[in-house]
Amino acid sequence: MAVCIAVIAKENYPLYIRSTPTENELKFHYMVHTSLDVVDEKISAMGKALVDQRELYLGLLYPTEDYKVYPSVPSRMFRKLHNSYTDVMCNPFYNPGDRIQSRAFDNMVMSMMIQVC
Amino acid sequence: MAAPEEPLPPVIYTMENKPIVTCAGDQNLFTSIYPTLSQQLPREPMEWRRSYGRAPKMIHLESNFVQFKEELLPKEGNKALLTFPFLHIYWTECCDTEVYKATVKDDLTKWQNVLKAHSSVDWLIVVVENDAKKKNKTNILPRTSIVDKIRNDFCNKQSDRCVVLSDPLKDSSRTQESWNAFLTKLRTLLLMSFTKNLGKFEDDMRTLREKRTEPGWSFCEYFMVQEELAFVFEMLQQFEDALVQYDELDALFSQYVVNFGAGDGANWLTFFCQPVKSWSGLILRKPIDMEKRELIQRQEATLLDLRSYLFSRQCTLLLFLQRPWEVAQRALELLHSCVQELKLLEVSVPPGALDCWVFLSCLEVLQRIEGCCDRAQIDSNIAHTVGLWSYATEKLKSLGYLCGLVSEKGPNSEDLNRTVDLLAGLGAERPETANTAQSPYKKLKEALSSVEAFEKHYLDLSHATIEMYTSIGRIRSAKFVGKDLAEFYMRKKSPQKAEIYLQGALKTYLAEGWALPITHTRKQLAECQKHLGQTENYLQTSSLLASDYHLTEEQRKYFCQEVLSFAHQQSDSPGIICRNVHMLLRRQESSSSLETPSGVALEDGAHMLRCSNVTLEPGANKITFRTQAKEPGTYTLRQLSASVGPVRFVLPHIYPLVQYDVYSQEPQLHVEPLANSLLAGIPQKVKFTVTTGHYTVRNGDSLQLSNAEAMLILCQAENRAVIYSNTREKSSDAALRVQSSDKVTSISLPAAPAYHVIEFELDVLSLPSAPAAGGESDLRGTPEPHRKHKDRQTAGHCMVTTDHKVSIDCPWSIYSTVIALTFSVPFRTTHSLLSTGTRKYVQLCVQNLSELDFQLSDSNLVATGDSTDLQLIPLNTESQQCICSKQPVFFVWELRWTREPPPALHGQFSIGFSPASEEQLSVSLKPYTYEFQVENYFTLYNVKAEIFPPSGMQHCRTGLLCSLEVSITRLSDLLEVDKDEALMESDQCFLTKLMYEVVDNSSNWAVCGKSCGAISMPVAARATHRVRMDVMPLFAGHLPLPDVRLFKYLPHHSAHSSQLDADSWIENDSLSVDRHGDEQSDGGSGRSRGSVHSASSAEHKGLPMPRLQALPTGQVFNSSAGMQVLVLPSQDNHVLEVSVT
Repeated sequence: MAVCIAVIAKENYPLYIRSTPTENELKFHYMVHTSLDVVDEKISAMGKALVDQRELYLGLLYPTEDYKVYPSVPSRMFRKLHNSYTDVMCNPFYNPGDRIQSRAFDNMVMSMMIQVC
Repeated sequence: MAAPEEPLPPVIYTMENKPIVTCAGDQNLFTSIYPTLSQQLPREPMEWRRSYGRAPKMIHLESNFVQFKEELLPKEGNKALLTFPFLHIYWTECCDTEVYKATVKDDLTKWQNVLKAHSSVDWLIVVVENDAKKKNKTNILPRTSIVDKIRNDFCNKQSDRCVVLSDPLKDSSRTQESWNAFLTKLRTLLLMSFTKNLGKFEDDMRTLREKRTEPGWSFCEYFMVQEELAFVFEMLQQFEDALVQYDELDALFSQYVVNFGAGDGANWLTFFCQPVKSWSGLILRKPIDMEKRELIQRQEATLLDLRSYLFSRQCTLLLFLQRPWEVAQRALELLHSCVQELKLLEVSVPPGALDCWVFLSCLEVLQRIEGCCDRAQIDSNIAHTVGLWSYATEKLKSLGYLCGLVSEKGPNSEDLNRTVDLLAGLGAERPETANTAQSPYKKLKEALSSVEAFEKHYLDLSHATIEMYTSIGRIRSAKFVGKDLAEFYMRKKSPQKAEIYLQGALKTYLAEGWALPITHTRKQLAECQKHLGQTENYLQTSSLLASDYHLTEEQRKYFCQEVLSFAHQQSDSPGIICRNVHMLLRRQESSSSLETPSGVALEDGAHMLRCSNVTLEPGANKITFRTQAKEPGTYTLRQLSASVGPVRFVLPHIYPLVQYDVYSQEPQLHVEPLANSLLAGIPQKVKFTVTTGHYTVRNGDSLQLSNAEAMLILCQAENRAVIYSNTREKSSDAALRVQSSDKVTSISLPAAPAYHVIEFELDVLSLPSAPAAGGESDLRGTPEPHRKHKDRQTAGHCMVTTDHKVSIDCPWSIYSTVIALTFSVPFRTTHSLLSTGTRKYVQLCVQNLSELDFQLSDSNLVATGDSTDLQLIPLNTESQQCICSKQPVFFVWELRWTREPPPALHGQFSIGFSPASEEQLSVSLKPYTYEFQVENYFTLYNVKAEIFPPSGMQHCRTGLLCSLEVSITRLSDLLEVDKDEALMESDQCFLTKLMYEVVDNSSNWAVCGKSCGAISMPVAARATHRVRMDVMPLFAGHLPLPDVRLFKYLPHHSAHSSQLDADSWIENDSLSVDRHGDEQSDGGSGRSRGSVHSASSAEHKGLPMPRLQALPTGQVFNSSAGMQVLVLPSQDNHVLEVSVT
């Protein structure tokens, strides 16, 4: 089950972060932040060889005792999330780089966290 | 593949385990061949084609050759593979038929029977030939015969099951060939056996696995079966395949646990749910942990036992496969999943037990990897191992906290009991690490033994982890471990050591904008700084936290209180009272110095906006700063500083820029009419606006107006001035004092502050100046003072204006302000001269051009100049008269004289007027005046025309010639006006030349014959000249008589004018005379018409011409003007011809 979904800007700050057990919010923030180390590593490892920009899935990032951190959940979920994110980007009133404050995106994330295993 | 394995500890198990090949027959023979055989067999690889579509492999075969015993053959149902003999070889070097028959055949038969009894079909008979032996015996059969016999007796259709090995111990090419053939055969048969037997085993195994849903199925049993397969693969050096077996077991088990968690439990799984009693960690130093394996075999293994054993086997195989980093990665996953699985299965675990297990396991894995890699390899693969280091650190930390090792006081008895329990769960150290100084076991035991030891181990681990993370660029992870370390130091009351880690972490979070971690870390930092007594930093952090909306209001209040209590403020309210809030101003850009990170400097500013005793409420506050601007300029607010007692908050840069402009407004006076335009002659309101600007109007300040001559400023009693603020709000009003003297009018202004506006109104009166109008010498001209010709079309509505310039001295300036006011004269007056015979009248038409109605009174006309003899008798009755807007009023006077009147009349018309609407006026108004001049107003000639019907007829008829008689009578004797060029003197009488002309503009008459002619007129009263001519009426009815015009005929010798030949001019230019007359009657200028003419005619004719001059209308009286003659229609019957086509 997804417990925390975060969208991170390329400058590494959170565009969006949401978790279900809210009492552990801080823990998730730390975890997501720390896992960016591995994202950085993977992206720079791909480096210029990253010709196919469509390959967005980086694999398991950062396993911990309690949770596994994926850069994005695989396939179906990821596509849903990415589509919703694209919608946010297409909003003419959204400035790229701003924190995401979209009810539609919220709802989509919440539905993912509840439903998916 | 072999080389890197050398540093590995000797794998005894695999050395022992080779596929078993039994040897029967001649043991001595085999013993002699064995060394060569065991050496040669693995030398050449052989391709192993495999079942289930698996890729073929090249394989080096080895075998364990053992003497054939019946016990070696597996009994029915025995699934052991390791001890399974894959091939049975019978050795013989028999070359003697007798011997064969006597012993060998029997022996072979017995061997074959045993094999058959065990359904073993994998066998080979080797006949070794020895040339030496052959030579010794003479009666030998050809060698083929023995082989043939054997093949015949035993091989049935499988003749290839009997092979010949020739002179195996010799060094010849034949020997070599023989060996090669033999080894190939041996390898082929071995592989065939493997394929067949392993295939059969796998089939059985799968069948067993398919039964896993059946009630009695046991995972441990199955485990043992599949492991057997793994062992065989390992034995065959097929580590990849061996690993696959363990991975399958791993996956199968994991799936069961997951299913169990989902409520789909298997019976056998409950066995793994027994409480954890031992947590001794992974053991990876033996290829096979037989202890654990036996537990599994006996179905007594716990989950940790099973996982540990499984992983140790995977680890061994991965190391064979040279994949140590995968070991590290898999280890981390394993440790995580074990923790999860125990949770999922709800296995009871004593607190700290898992931490011990994980800690020991991490170190075991790391040490195992270190044991098979060199330093350089390890250093370049930190990314793979650092996770384990970090995990171990984390676990040791929680153990330390659990066992009371992270506190000032050290562990209490409860902590100690717990520690003892935890150590008990470790059991005794295993023999294989007993001699290792740094074994995980020893480390843990030591770390838990005392506060100091724990600190040492924990710090070592933490520092190592941080260093590793840092070295591979995982800064965030390093900072995160650092934060744990900081927490540890804080617990140990060493805030000075904690600070650097907290600062480092905070910096990273700030740089990347992670709000929650920022808040959390800042809170920790605040505590640290408080302990360190870093007042300034603590206050800074506290104030940041007080304004951090990620904290609860309680927490924020706490930090707010911290700041306030430092500031020695007694504050019961949640608000903050700032003694001093000021904004620093800069007029010019200061040198851009970057502020130092520690603390902010308040720049020196020449100006400050200051605000005191500000109460700040939670949330956004609005503070109004007031300042008095002194110097004009642009002011930029650069910094914000708030002081609470000794605490000062500084915002080093205000962004976006806040600016204001200060400028100084000069005082101004503005005067404008209240209405659209000002009318002359009556009181008009003018608005005065004083914009004070930077000037403060004091009592006694006044405006000094130098009076214009023709403009009065009317001083009314109740003049009031209104003072408005800068924003046009009325602030006050005051009486206005206006004092007038001859030259100056003084207006005392009310006191008014700077940047205010004083407004008041004054009545002014433009006195009608004596207009420069008056008639020009030409009577027909209409006076049009000030009016421009181009305005002629709209002249009817355009008023004559006069400008009055007023010079005003203002108190704020040494220079005078000159203001021009334009007044419009509301009337336009025209005059005309009317005659009846010799009696003369002057008519004045007053046209009201304004929008107002006026009351006219006291009309008066006086003759000025020397015409004192003239009497002007008004024919106007009413003394008061109303003149409505845009309407004219006429006045008429008769001129009378007794003696010879002057040639010109200078008249001055005056009339009093006042606005009709006004009840009363405080001032007496000056009358409106109009001056004019009329010349040549005496009638000199009377012209009379008469038409007589043809003789014998009573009335004129159309088409019949009538006679027109024109009589021109001189009415006076010689006068001054006659003295001109045309005057001639002869025989005591004077003559003047005149020209008459009969014109009928309406074309009622046809003039027959000469219509004009020149006459010499005696200049004497009652002299008459008569002219007769024929005219024909063209229409019937009452026809007006044709016009008779009279001109002065001036001789040609005029100096300036060309002259016309009278006749030629008359003949060809009668029209131009008409036109000329029209122009004159329109009131054109007094140009001589001759001069106009001359421009065109004089040049081409080049002849001197006489000139014509129209007589002024006043000098000629047409007594027949307006008369009509009755003309009857002709009596002729006219035939109207009508033609129809």
